[in-house]
Amino acid sequence: MDMSQYLEIFIDESKEHLQSMNECLLQLEKDPASDVLNEIFRVAHTLKGMSGTMGFSRMAKLTHDMEDILSILRSGEIKINPELVDLLFQCLDALEKYVDNVVNTSNEGDNDNDDIIRALKNVKDNNQGGAAPAAEKTAAKPVTVAVNSANPTANFQLNEYDMNVINKANEIGVNAFKITVILNKGCLLKSARSFIIFQTLERYSEIIKSEPKVEDIEDEKFDFEFTVVVLSKESQELFNKELNSIAEVEEVIINRIEPGSGAVEAQKASPDAKASASGTDAQKGHEDNKQATGAKKAGKTVRVDIDRLDNLMNLVSELIIIKTRLDGLKDSDDKQSSDEAIEYLERISTSLHDAVMKVRMVPVETVFNRFPRMIRDIAKDLGKEINLIMSGEETELDRTVIDEIGDPLIHCLRNSADHGIESPQKRLQAGKPEAGNIYLRAYQSGNNVIIEVEDDGNGINVEKVRRKAIEKGVINENTAKNMSKKDFVNLLFKPSFSTADKVTDLSGRGVGLDVVKTKIEALGGSIEVETEEGKGSRFIIQLPLTLAIIQALMVMIGQEKYAIPLSNVHKIQYIAPNEIKMVQEQEVILYRNNVIPIIRLDKVLDSKADETPKKQLTVVIVKKGEKLSGFMVDSFIGQQEIVIKSLGKLLQGIKSISGATILGDGNVALILDVNSLA
Amino acid sequence: MEANTINTTRQFVTFKLEQKEYGIDIQNVSIIEKVLPVTRVPKTPGFIKGVVNLRGEIIPIMDLRMRFNLPEAEPTEETRVIILKVDEFVFGIVVDSVAEVLNLSANTIESTANLGNSSNVEFIQGVGKVDDRIVILLNLERLVKINS
Repeated sequence: MDMSQYLEIFIDESKEHLQSMNECLLQLEKDPASDVLNEIFRVAHTLKGMSGTMGFSRMAKLTHDMEDILSILRSGEIKINPELVDLLFQCLDALEKYVDNVVNTSNEGDNDNDDIIRALKNVKDNNQGGAAPAAEKTAAKPVTVAVNSANPTANFQLNEYDMNVINKANEIGVNAFKITVILNKGCLLKSARSFIIFQTLERYSEIIKSEPKVEDIEDEKFDFEFTVVVLSKESQELFNKELNSIAEVEEVIINRIEPGSGAVEAQKASPDAKASASGTDAQKGHEDNKQATGAKKAGKTVRVDIDRLDNLMNLVSELIIIKTRLDGLKDSDDKQSSDEAIEYLERISTSLHDAVMKVRMVPVETVFNRFPRMIRDIAKDLGKEINLIMSGEETELDRTVIDEIGDPLIHCLRNSADHGIESPQKRLQAGKPEAGNIYLRAYQSGNNVIIEVEDDGNGINVEKVRRKAIEKGVINENTAKNMSKKDFVNLLFKPSFSTADKVTDLSGRGVGLDVVKTKIEALGGSIEVETEEGKGSRFIIQLPLTLAIIQALMVMIGQEKYAIPLSNVHKIQYIAPNEIKMVQEQEVILYRNNVIPIIRLDKVLDSKADETPKKQLTVVIVKKGEKLSGFMVDSFIGQQEIVIKSLGKLLQGIKSISGATILGDGNVALILDVNSLA
Repeated sequence: MEANTINTTRQFVTFKLEQKEYGIDIQNVSIIEKVLPVTRVPKTPGFIKGVVNLRGEIIPIMDLRMRFNLPEAEPTEETRVIILKVDEFVFGIVVDSVAEVLNLSANTIESTANLGNSSNVEFIQGVGKVDDRIVILLNLERLVKINS
């Protein structure tokens, strides 16, 4: 059976469960008395079931051992302590690793996480001491057996009572068989499958013993095989045939139990030819399957609210209606109804566009929800007390932006936690509460989403930035005199600029805010910082709602139309030809007392330029990070909303062009890549 | 039996370029279009004519005459663009005219080993012979390597 179809469901759901476990653990740490234990237990149990079903036995084992500890905690025999919470967090991390492995390779990987399991066992053993709860032990058994012992039948023992029954039955001509059923590894609903097998067996025989116990089999507390002892008048061949005809049964091993001997026949594996043949076939099929799924990685998916899909469906049906209407109008001269129909079509296409964009939207929560844990870990490492206060998690962004925004935000948050928030002693000295606050806010503003990271820490020491900048030769004393506070703060975004005196694990390596800035600008956004010394600082990140549609400035270069993303455009300037000066073979102009280079796009893009001399030249001043450049173009067409399309794989990697868009007349216009041109 | 037939005959879309007949495996052909308005893409090799809008998709177009170093020609009524899909590469090639779909069995296809040093031999996968016609079969994997 092909598991790949369930793989995505598994990944999605286990991620959700891990997330809720994460939240619960954080809450548990804050308030050990809270009743989230039940929730954690439930999640661990669900994960165990899911991973067991998917055949991820390492994951199942870990969750199982977690469950043991959780149930002890729940019974109140051990009190929650920080070490235990840490241990549970370790389990969570290990589980996340397993899931990551599944995402990347369709397999859980081969890390047994022995140290965590040992630590869990230690906690359990310490607690159990003399009086081990019996239930715990039996519950633990089937899974341990399943994972560690390849051959559970070895444990199979018939007691005196069983033998007595078998002997009695034999006297009246009823045979006893020991039947081991091995299920296909791809079997999903093992308990249901086992139920069918039991039903089949019960039709012909009486089951007197089962290993593992019937209840455990019902709860799926077994690996892929179980052994039963049955009494029946029927022959061995009939069982063989009946059981092998059940789907997902990989192998059936049947042995007759000789009365009186008290022992099971020595040769365990004596299935008839057919059974073994079908067994190996199934095995082979399974292996093929494994290879196939092994190669395929999980695709990118978006979970969509069903209402949005319904809305989309409605719009599509309206589109079909209008198409029929236009068909009917094709030959008529009724100008008014055709105008009406076109207007209607326009309205639908606009709504359809909105609806499709909405489908691609994902709440920022999906990125935010990993931060509380991160801040907790950082605070612990640094010996600080930090509260992370988040708001606006429901704000939505395009999936493509969501995927990219995580790293820059982590950088900013780490920055605030490491450089911003002071140590508790320092905070007390400064008359602030011991615990520092970091606020993470998201909200929509027009066609943009703003994400703010604010802390009530130390703020940025502008004087220190100034000294450092001069020391490192980023600026010289003279320019420093003319710089405003804001200019200094913006120096932080320069490459290899870090003000931390100590290089910690978290920051201070000099690769920080410049990377953040580059990344955010690559997404078409911008980042700013506001700071007040002693009171804290605030990073304001502005992001476009979507990457697929942008505002662009359409320009003519020669006979060709090009689009420049408006987010890159600083200003449009008309200049006289004599304003262009030459500096070391580079054409420059003076713009607001800054010398900026001029790039003649017609030359760079090898287009046939309009050669007629002009009195006035049109320059689009673009910004690439902090740097300004002037793009000389022939004329403007105007500002327009454009849909970004890829140029396709054949032309990927072309410098100076970032994509293309389709214009109203059906022609293609190219989008200039300002970052590589400037 | 059936599997055998599939193994030994392949279907090729044939087209003409400078009087010569070429063939492309039909599996790689998505659609054949008339000439579309092309937008030039700067910084690309000369044989990339540019991109076209094919029902909302942007598709690069390759001028096969230039790729094969043949003399340039103005488009005619017969000129066609064959849209190809080779692995993940989707692109169009401009050809003089499209001829037919041809069934070629394996024993009528000859390898290029004895073709000598024709200038475009690198793009040729083999040569098919039908009656007295010769069809040059293109190696599309080679054709998409535009940077070398």
